[in-house]
Amino acid sequence: MITIARLTIGEAARKKILWVLILLAIAAVALTAWGVDLLVGQARESGVSELNLKLGISQVLIFIAFQFGFVLAMTAAFLGAPAIANDLESGVAQAMLARPLRRSSYLLGRWLGLVIVVVGYTAVSGFLAIAAVSFVSGYLPPNPIIPVAYLAGQALILLTLTVVLSVRLPPIAGGAIAVVAYGVAWLAGVLGHIGIALGTTGLIGVSNLGRVLLPTDAMWQGVVFGLEPSLVISGVGQQQVAQGNPFFAAEGPNPAFVLWAVAWVVLALVLAIVLLRRREI
Amino acid sequence: MIAMPRLSLDVPAIEVTDLRKRYGPVEALAGLTMTVGRGEVFGFLGPNGAGKTTTVKLLLGLARPTGGTGKVLDAPLGDLATRRKVGYLPELFRYQPWLKAREVLYLHADLMAMPAARRAAEVDDVLGLVGLADRASDLVGRFSKGMQQRLGLGVALLGEPALVILDEPTSALDPLGRIDVRGIVRTAAARGAAVFLNSHLLSEVEQVCDRVAILDHGRVVASGSLDDVLGQSETQIHVTGLRPTDLPAIEPFGPPSLDGNRLSVRPMDAARVHELVALLVKMGVQIHDVRSGRGSLEQRFLELVSRDQALGGTPSAVKIK
Repeated sequence: MITIARLTIGEAARKKILWVLILLAIAAVALTAWGVDLLVGQARESGVSELNLKLGISQVLIFIAFQFGFVLAMTAAFLGAPAIANDLESGVAQAMLARPLRRSSYLLGRWLGLVIVVVGYTAVSGFLAIAAVSFVSGYLPPNPIIPVAYLAGQALILLTLTVVLSVRLPPIAGGAIAVVAYGVAWLAGVLGHIGIALGTTGLIGVSNLGRVLLPTDAMWQGVVFGLEPSLVISGVGQQQVAQGNPFFAAEGPNPAFVLWAVAWVVLALVLAIVLLRRREI
Repeated sequence: MIAMPRLSLDVPAIEVTDLRKRYGPVEALAGLTMTVGRGEVFGFLGPNGAGKTTTVKLLLGLARPTGGTGKVLDAPLGDLATRRKVGYLPELFRYQPWLKAREVLYLHADLMAMPAARRAAEVDDVLGLVGLADRASDLVGRFSKGMQQRLGLGVALLGEPALVILDEPTSALDPLGRIDVRGIVRTAAARGAAVFLNSHLLSEVEQVCDRVAILDHGRVVASGSLDDVLGQSETQIHVTGLRPTDLPAIEPFGPPSLDGNRLSVRPMDAARVHELVALLVKMGVQIHDVRSGRGSLEQRFLELVSRDQALGGTPSAVKIK
């Protein structure tokens, strides 16, 4: 498994994927810092209070995280979808799987290598963005590790989904399904927020079903919660309207959902292993 | 170089009984029984779609049989530990294009858990053997197909395997490369490895194999030593002045047939050709050309496959011993 994980990371480096991701991260962080710096400068000139400034910056950070989450989803889909499918289609897997290499080790190795790449990219980009925004605005989320960890969790779930699909589907099909599933899951989360705001149990039920099927939205809630100042959480936590906004979170994700997300990843990997074992190479 | 622990030479390299594989309605392999001994070069022949690659995949555990049993190096088909002792060149030879040739070999050394101390020497040996020593640091993606096939041969020979399975090993090679492969196969056999050579290039097989089996529609239509499969020697003489009524005089040499100006006697002892020529001259027949020997594997192969297809592919599975 470790050999295949190392091979996968090496592949990302040789194919210049790692370097592209690093350059993109640096560019995104620089642009973010520049934009926030302009925003803060103008706000202070206009006499905006520091409290409102903090609220505004936290919202900007959440919007940036939303965009970054989408980029991460695309990255995970593009990396995960061809991971197994390309090896099987090209014939590269034949020579490797004729060796004393269990199919489960091969699959988990591929997955682990990609997880390291995607989580590494998330961590570097996420912490750099938070640090840059903090440097130019003075706003630092209460615990920066939490939003970055949830962002990484979101990417990890989507990556796992694409790896499962990659065992049976061509890369383009697997990638497309994963991106659409991510969008639908996010939409299900939004419907859930609206359902809570309006007290519509049907919408809440649809949302919960979506979260169970693909728990990326529970991760998104953790990102939002982790980026908000504690003042905002306590201030708006009582307001129904704020609960209906997908860019506000009065509380972190339900621990049961987080546990389910972990179990979901494990079950998905088990499914992928079973599918690969049944597949004739 | 440290040799891999060897099994007893009494243990066959491959032993399968009534091995079957069905893909939906298609019976890819219809009851194969065969034994391939240690140190033997075994040619597995057949037209495209005959079931050759299916057999190889079953032997390696890449596909599961729908019937029958088998052992490779005394272990069940697909046994994980046994794969350490098996080298394999797939028909679809593809290796990570972003790796250098040497790195591909190191990767496979790692996958087969070769002791680290042996790797450098083994990899260098194999690179030299397949003629890639001076291209070891080049990316595989920049290799021609022939060079990729050479690399695949190197991967298959890494670690002195007890069984080498080569699926169409010369399909991308030029004539010089094919000669090299013959040498490589003989070298592997000389050090005790069994070589299972899957091919439809009959001239290659004819030159290196101890035994062959011809497969068609998932069934063996002939098997045995080359002599068994090719049959006895034949003499062909280009003549003028020979009439069909003269043929009984030739019968003591073997069953004659006359097709235009071509007299064929099959089977016929090649040592008696001069006697036949003398007789024909005495009969006043003019002789323009004399050829004697057994038919080529290609002729025999075409004969067997055509006959099998004319019969609708119904003969029962044949045991290869």
